[in-house]
Amino acid sequence: MGEVIVVTSGKGGVGKTTTAANLGTALALNEHRVVLVDADIGLRNLDVVMGLENRIVYDLVDVTSGVCRLKQALIRDKRFNENLFLLPAAQTRDKTAVTPEQMKALDEELKLEFDYVIVDCPAGIEQGFRNAIAGADRAIVVTTPEVSAVRDADRIIGLLEASEMAEVQLLINRIRPNMVKRGDMMDIDDIIDILAVDLIGVVPEDDRIVIATNRGEPAVLDSTSRSGQAFRNVACRITGEQVPLMPLEIEEGFMARMKHLLGFGR
Amino acid sequence: MLDILGKVFGRDELPSKDIAKERLRLVLVHDRATVSPQFLELIKEEVIDVITEYMEIDSNGVEVSIHSLESSVALVASIPIKKMKRAIKAV
Ligand SMILES: Nc1ncnc2c1ncn2[C@@H]1O[C@H](COP(=O)(O)OP(=O)(O)O)[C@@H](O)[C@H]1O
Ligand SMILES: [Mg+2]
Repeated sequence: MGEVIVVTSGKGGVGKTTTAANLGTALALNEHRVVLVDADIGLRNLDVVMGLENRIVYDLVDVTSGVCRLKQALIRDKRFNENLFLLPAAQTRDKTAVTPEQMKALDEELKLEFDYVIVDCPAGIEQGFRNAIAGADRAIVVTTPEVSAVRDADRIIGLLEASEMAEVQLLINRIRPNMVKRGDMMDIDDIIDILAVDLIGVVPEDDRIVIATNRGEPAVLDSTSRSGQAFRNVACRITGEQVPLMPLEIEEGFMARMKHLLGFGR
Repeated sequence: MLDILGKVFGRDELPSKDIAKERLRLVLVHDRATVSPQFLELIKEEVIDVITEYMEIDSNGVEVSIHSLESSVALVASIPIKKMKRAIKAV
């Protein structure tokens, strides 16, 4: 029996889809059987981030409304043998086209086939969110180190606790080590202190994410990318491995080095 | 709080992340207290229970609310007293 993990956040644009794509890919690379479920109905994205947008025939709503069988709607990612599949969101429907009960039933069915069912949640706290969390065993809450994102994460954590989610873990995305060092960005401890939640990982801001998304090849496939390494570590932690947090590397520019030499560095 | 931090750090400009953290702390006290209407209602009922042991109050007139101030958040309760019980002798 597999595990259903929902990737959620409250605030939009903090990296849910990026996280879902990278974690799913990393788990598949480690020989787990994974299905990515795009629950962001009406704003389909996971397909393009994965580079699978040209292969869609049926979607999630086709499955829940009985237009096709589940197997027909699953797109196999050929790069990973039989390990990675995508269930795309419907693009022409809205969130009310699916009910939490239908999502739960869908998750139950997928859990029989796969080790990990990764659900990419839409932004917000409305029905799309309710649908996405309905059948989940664990939630990964993504935030960036900014006031508005952390505030929304707090709200989401409250809602997840109220809905009795078994496990809730935080992923801090887009951290910028040099800003943290300068005191201009909240660090990991600050955020954990405020939210009082378990941490599953920290992913640095990384241009490679943009490049990876341009190509439709998740950053975990790039062995030299720092964000890719961070996501691979998170994938290992999901399976229960103890992996230490990667040190936040400071990309030092010329000016920063000069300041250090002259003793201005904090 | 921010002033004190400022002095400890010995600089007139506080790192912006400390400002962020303090603002978040305050806004989350407010958010968490007001997100569910039942929450304050629950506190109100328990406050009434405690207070009625000491005085007779108008329980319909009790108001409990959250107030944001400049650098703190306060839980404010207004409890109309009808009659005071005689003070219990201190031990
Ligand atoms: N660690 C990162 N470094 C740089 N860019 C990132 C990172 N994570 C996400 N992004 C970018 O941020 C944008 C929003 O990410 P996305 O995953 O679509 O967020 P969401 O699904 O939460 O709306 C995308 O353009 C993505 O490429
Ligand atoms: Mg998204």
